[in-house]
Amino acid sequence: MKKIISGNEAIALGFGDSGGVFASGYPGTPSTETLEEVAYLGDVYCEWAPNEKVALESVIGASIAGARALATMKHVGVNVAADALLTLTYTGVNAGLILMVADDPGMHSSQNEQDSRNYARFAKVPMLDPSDSQEAYDMVRIGFEISEQFDTPLMLRTTTRISHAKGVVVQQEKLAPQVGAWEKNVPKYVMLPNFGKLKHVEVEARLLKLQEYAETTPLNRLEMCDPELGIITSGVAYQHVREAYPNASILKLGLIHPLPARKISEFAKSVKQLVVVEELNAIFEEQICALGIEVTIGKNRLPLCGEINADILRAAIDGTATAQVSPVAGLPQRPPVFCPSCAHRGLFTILSKLKLFVAGDIGCYTLGALPPMNAMHSVIDMGASISAAHGMAKVNAIAGRDEKPVAVIGDSTFFHSGMTGLMSMAYNGGNALVIIMDNRTTGMTGGQENPGTGKTLQGIHARQVEIAPLVRALGIDNVVELDAYDLKATEAAIKKGLETPGPYVLIDRNPCILRYKIRKPAMNVDQEKCTGCRVCLKVACMALGLTASGEKQKVRVDPNVCNGCGVCMQMCKFDAMHTLEGENNANL
Amino acid sequence: MQIFNIVIAGVGGQGVLMASKVLAESALTSGMDVKQNEVHGMAQRGGSVISFVRIGDQVASPVVMPGSADLLISFEPLEALRYIHYLKPGGRLVYSKVSINPSTVAAGLAIYPDDVEQQIAAVCPEAHGIDALAIAREAGNGKAVNMVMVGTVMKYLPLKEEVVTAVVKQISLGKGVEVNLKALAGGAAA
Repeated sequence: MKKIISGNEAIALGFGDSGGVFASGYPGTPSTETLEEVAYLGDVYCEWAPNEKVALESVIGASIAGARALATMKHVGVNVAADALLTLTYTGVNAGLILMVADDPGMHSSQNEQDSRNYARFAKVPMLDPSDSQEAYDMVRIGFEISEQFDTPLMLRTTTRISHAKGVVVQQEKLAPQVGAWEKNVPKYVMLPNFGKLKHVEVEARLLKLQEYAETTPLNRLEMCDPELGIITSGVAYQHVREAYPNASILKLGLIHPLPARKISEFAKSVKQLVVVEELNAIFEEQICALGIEVTIGKNRLPLCGEINADILRAAIDGTATAQVSPVAGLPQRPPVFCPSCAHRGLFTILSKLKLFVAGDIGCYTLGALPPMNAMHSVIDMGASISAAHGMAKVNAIAGRDEKPVAVIGDSTFFHSGMTGLMSMAYNGGNALVIIMDNRTTGMTGGQENPGTGKTLQGIHARQVEIAPLVRALGIDNVVELDAYDLKATEAAIKKGLETPGPYVLIDRNPCILRYKIRKPAMNVDQEKCTGCRVCLKVACMALGLTASGEKQKVRVDPNVCNGCGVCMQMCKFDAMHTLEGENNANL
Repeated sequence: MQIFNIVIAGVGGQGVLMASKVLAESALTSGMDVKQNEVHGMAQRGGSVISFVRIGDQVASPVVMPGSADLLISFEPLEALRYIHYLKPGGRLVYSKVSINPSTVAAGLAIYPDDVEQQIAAVCPEAHGIDALAIAREAGNGKAVNMVMVGTVMKYLPLKEEVVTAVVKQISLGKGVEVNLKALAGGAAA
């Protein structure tokens, strides 16, 4: 039966149909739905790990124990899992092991634009690059076969336009999951230097064998057409090439590491003009040039940053971009914003008011950096809020600056890699105020479970980690509860935390209103009392707005959007805001 | 057939993705090739959202290029204007007239233009604005704006109306079936 599914759904389905037994991952756009879909299939075991390193290590264990296993993560997650990956390549696998990584060219929802193809070269492992949902589905099965045949982990790489684009998929026959033997094999799995040295030799030999495989596998496909224009490409870039140049000759790479050198040379000889089309880094181009092959058009005309599309290709290859159309200029931007009645709003209203230096982290609360809050001043990677605040505090002490930095981090990010930073702060006598916004969900990625929610990926009751005792156990004495909906109390708590020497942790436990569908009666504005001072607008809520221009503009609340948290009401000095009686109309 | 390019725009939380799903599933049911694509990263409400649906005999790229959309469906007037350059000459635009303030406007950092609908009409005189929220409420749930919009554009799609209706019926849950079908019919009449 034909289905229309996203690349992520296709990988999940491919995993279920290819004898997959164990899957683990950490949520991260655009990879998140893959594991959710595995859970939805229902017949394969899967779990959220607290971070990508734990996910990959669990998957390694599953493979050693004889099960085909899948780890899922976004590109930056591989940085966290890289320690495991770079030695996993030495041990190889027992049952097939796939590391699915989703890149984000264009940075739709990421802090950087790193190209995971570098990891395949770095770890010397094979990598597959599907160009649509059908290939994403098929490549899971082929990926397991390659992994087992060559005793290697395999990376399955997607990009946002593969992970989130839906296309038609035809399923293959479902393979029954099988669990092989679980055997002790010290020279294979214990990477002491003496064993590792032998394994490194095997890794290099394996790569040569994979190179031979790459020459003949149908994963690397020749589509000979007009010999005037020859294009080497892979992934979603292949689809853009097909769109822009339906008659071009194409060497379409599916196995993108290692590259088929002879096939590329032959293709280059058979076409007049050789073009290499790849998003992000010049990874193919550099290897092709190293073969002594002349590339006419590559990164000399195509961008290193952002996505490629059909128009960009036409402009770069023969200057025939379709009619240039520009968007209407000067429209107000519509960036994402804290949901109406999100607890983060109260916190950032106060942080903004107090003009503190806030070291931030990865999550919904990162939006606190945007105007009008402007209340986040560094965001690097998962967990960096606490560790960076610690470094700032130490330097402030050395420099004689009497200012305590603030770190803001969410529950899932704290479990992911905030805990170790906090332990370091306690151990090294740090001096920062750490605010943990424990909204009981991994919010930014769509509300996934984590060790603090009390539920597994499947929604089954689980052991719930309480953050306050955990923080105390890490060595923090001052652990205080916070209610960010109460602005006065929040301001007082933050000031107390700043005045008290040493590490100080505030924990807000208000749940995510979106994830838990919390409804409160909407507010309205007494137009008689409103003076139009606009102080309430500082809370940056999309439910608020000014009345029509002309007469004196006053504030109004959109009852279709307001969810009645009352934070704006606390800003009003004129008692103009009140709770509306009756039902909530918010279209949350 | 020539590829039919649809762009659906709106505000996070309005159900743009569900509307896209209905169109994509309907195309699949009708035996056509289809690709649907949107970028969704952040779960928050309130950000600008754009989704592409491409229907044809064989569809390569999942992305619609500016200047090539046969149909632009916008769930909000400002978002219609923001993505109006995706329309090809003679392309059709259907939008909901109910405005939603961007956070920048709500925070007093920007002004929602008074003349959005006039600007839309200036670019696309045939543009059709409807009060989708009122129709959705009439159908029983303000959240059914997405199905209202699908209902209104049905007649412009290379798809049979009964196929779209059947898909809506199939993917709606519980009480939603009745509401969504009413919303679809209300949209079709608008």
